[in-house]
Amino acid sequence: MIIEKSAIAGTLESSDVQVVVEPGTGIELSIESSVINQYGRQIKAAILETLDRLEVKDAKVTVVDKGALDCTIKARVECAVYRSCGKSAAGLPWGAAIR
Amino acid sequence: MINAVGRNIPDYLLVNGREVYQGKGYRDGQKVTKASQTTVKHEKPEADKLAATIREACEKCGARDGMTFSFHTELRDGDYVASMVAKVLVEEMGLKDLHVAATSLGTAQNIFADYMEKGIIVEAQTSGVRGRIGEVISAGKMDKPVTIRSHGGRPRAVEAGEVHIDIAFLAAASSDCCGNARGNGGKNNFGSMGFAMHDAHFADHTVIITDTLVPFPNVPCSISAIDVDAVVVVDAIGNPAKISTKEARITDNPRELMMAKNVANVIAALPYFVDGFSFQTGVGGPSLAVNRFLEEYMIEKGITMSFALGGTTSAVCALQDKGLVQKICDTQDFDTGAAAHLQANPTKHIEMDLSQYASAGNKGAFVNKLDYVVLSALEIDTKFNVNVITGSDGVLRGAPGGHPDAAAGAKCCIIVTPLTRGRMATVCKDVVTVTTPGDCVDVLVTDFGTAVNPARQDIIDCLDAAGIKHVPIEKLQEKAYDMVGEPDALEWEDKVVAVVEARDGTILDVVRQVKPFHF
Amino acid sequence: MSKVITRKKPVKNRLRRTMMFMNAQKPGLIKDAFIYGTDSIILDLEDAVAENQKDAARFSLYHALKSVDYGDTEVIVRINGLDTPHWEEDIRVVVAGGADGIRIAKCESADDVHRVEEKVLEAEKEFGVEEGRTLLMAALESPKGILNAYEICTASDRMFGVAISGGDFRKSMHVQIQRGGIEMLTARGQMLLAARAAGVQCFDTMFPNIDDMEGFKAEVIQNHQMGFDGKSIVNPRQIEFVHKTFAPTPKEIAYAEKLVRGCQAQADAGIGVYTVDGKMVDIPFFEDAKRIIALAKACGVYHGDL
Repeated sequence: MIIEKSAIAGTLESSDVQVVVEPGTGIELSIESSVINQYGRQIKAAILETLDRLEVKDAKVTVVDKGALDCTIKARVECAVYRSCGKSAAGLPWGAAIR
Repeated sequence: MINAVGRNIPDYLLVNGREVYQGKGYRDGQKVTKASQTTVKHEKPEADKLAATIREACEKCGARDGMTFSFHTELRDGDYVASMVAKVLVEEMGLKDLHVAATSLGTAQNIFADYMEKGIIVEAQTSGVRGRIGEVISAGKMDKPVTIRSHGGRPRAVEAGEVHIDIAFLAAASSDCCGNARGNGGKNNFGSMGFAMHDAHFADHTVIITDTLVPFPNVPCSISAIDVDAVVVVDAIGNPAKISTKEARITDNPRELMMAKNVANVIAALPYFVDGFSFQTGVGGPSLAVNRFLEEYMIEKGITMSFALGGTTSAVCALQDKGLVQKICDTQDFDTGAAAHLQANPTKHIEMDLSQYASAGNKGAFVNKLDYVVLSALEIDTKFNVNVITGSDGVLRGAPGGHPDAAAGAKCCIIVTPLTRGRMATVCKDVVTVTTPGDCVDVLVTDFGTAVNPARQDIIDCLDAAGIKHVPIEKLQEKAYDMVGEPDALEWEDKVVAVVEARDGTILDVVRQVKPFHF
Repeated sequence: MSKVITRKKPVKNRLRRTMMFMNAQKPGLIKDAFIYGTDSIILDLEDAVAENQKDAARFSLYHALKSVDYGDTEVIVRINGLDTPHWEEDIRVVVAGGADGIRIAKCESADDVHRVEEKVLEAEKEFGVEEGRTLLMAALESPKGILNAYEICTASDRMFGVAISGGDFRKSMHVQIQRGGIEMLTARGQMLLAARAAGVQCFDTMFPNIDDMEGFKAEVIQNHQMGFDGKSIVNPRQIEFVHKTFAPTPKEIAYAEKLVRGCQAQADAGIGVYTVDGKMVDIPFFEDAKRIIALAKACGVYHGDL
């Protein structure tokens, strides 16, 4: 997917994560997390896997994590990416690219 | 050397008779020679001991480089006194190589963090570390490791001469001109002075700092003028909004209430739940809420509590007012309702110092008479070891307080904590730092189930008989990891930044400098 | 973390004393909402979710359904109304995620149920889900919905129950919530009759003021007396009382046990007319006694061997 415009998903509440995607070159990822020492690598892997599944090759991705579980991280990254393409409202590939 | 909780304690710390933790009750029956202070005779009558300024009081007590100063933290985050004094010592008097012996260190003492970074405060001992001080210590900014002692471990160390307090600066809500001082009767009442009383007996010098001077004699008093060198009157000893809330409210969080109910169920299922049982609980959400459910069980069974111990809240006072608690033995008051209750009920609600409360070095600590204690945890591992000092990032941000003492003394120690906090697994394979050893912990209650220490088959049998479900603690840990993922191990530098001393004076664990995280 | 949850095939007739609403958009809530012991969880895509977060809530819901092990707790999703642009995508995500059922908001006719049913079947085919797996229930929120309760209850084989939704219903009736429930008495009664006639379950509305435990308790007792199967709830603190109230009493259980044993023995002996304690027992009594034993078992208050 091509990131066309910047989009945001998620909140800064506990157990949530806020993801901002913007047009960029290559994957430019910044992660801030309340559990970075114990889960930083797992969070990064979950984000990169999700972007890879969505075939996002170029994006600036800014993540502020408040202790979200992987399922929430995936949900927020996907939502931000689909929003950035204006495709988040209907006809989503549940169980395919989103899984 | 590996100790009884499996922690590797560097040999260089094991000097001057210091040993690693050997297990509960290891030093029972050992002889100890008590240290005593060098004090000053006030033989001639004197009008008063008032000093115009903190500096004048410091000079009167001979404050100089390298001394150990003590503070109490009954005013919690609202305390002005410790910072006020430190500023005078450092900025007005230019002293250095200072040693701090505090009952705790938190955000109210943030200025200490600066002095630690600058190498002016060179050593500290405390029962807890919160706020910026914790970050500075964990970043390895001090040369010598900080010593973490429990509320009972502190008076033990003082009596054994391991900590020698040169000057105790003790905040008081009211004092007369000679230093008879109390935690009530003033503008900023905080109630019990249990954290301060022992220091006054063992410090070479004691300075009372108050904002309310009352006519002589201010009795009955918590600190007696016989131990006091100087009295200083300041504008305010603290910020009342931060000293305590009006009433520590019982949570309405359904998760915490559910856990509290389950704790009360465990308590009621054990043979200690008879008329005259004794109980201690913390002020945290689920712990405090246990009071409510316990009340129902006590009324149903027609029994009363002989004594409630430790930090006190309005909730416990209300139980006493209903005739359900004979005595409250109070080391600190968490809300103004409890402080006022202490003042109003001098025969039933008793102030108690930390030695009498919790020391393993005397002959009659009250924790040893406890039936139940309910405590919280930042982490608990499958060996039932508890951590209440380091966060999931390895930074010092907690306080054992009386946790290890009450756990060791009580017949049944119940830890109550949610299985996870955000993405942090509270029930884990190995806690970051051991602050209460697993041999003192009997039951764990979480929002996902209850586990009993296998060493307590008697409790297991009681719960089975009462139909209370429980699972091996490993099942809870697996469930936690299943939900949040297995945490990566923290990365440390070699440098030890804090030594966690067990209540008997042996070394339970060390905290090392945190290595900054890199992907 | 990476294991994918596949839920067991939903059961139409199961214990549903409490159905607890949870905002599908709140990760902190939905990750472990089953711990309180509610019979069913209703993950809400409708009122709890702001209009501009409907999309985000679906992503959240999908991954919760696929990664959170709700165990034996039933997972129902409340979808947006049929007059919104959201409900069709809601159905797709619910079916793809493998939820047990759908709560149709503001249902007014059999035709509403048919429209949902059609999209559910389409989604089951699209996502390779067993056809007919996804159950349905309807929320009746208007006088029209109540008047059409019977046709709604019988509109689909997937239907397991109906619930009245008090907030909107009271508004359309120009009434306020009353102690004693007089303002909804007729509607509750009418819906109960329809549900029983159709052989589906019937649930009462949620009680909004969680701090008014006395009012809540009075309403739950009345619900039980009227014959409801359960109640919508909004806070875990409300669970315990509902479960206690809906559990059969020891006296009811003892009598039911006696009836079941007596009738069973006589049936085994080939006797056609049952008598217990010298009195004749009609078939509906036998059936009801069996229901009570089953309910008592499900509530964990029956420890006998029937």
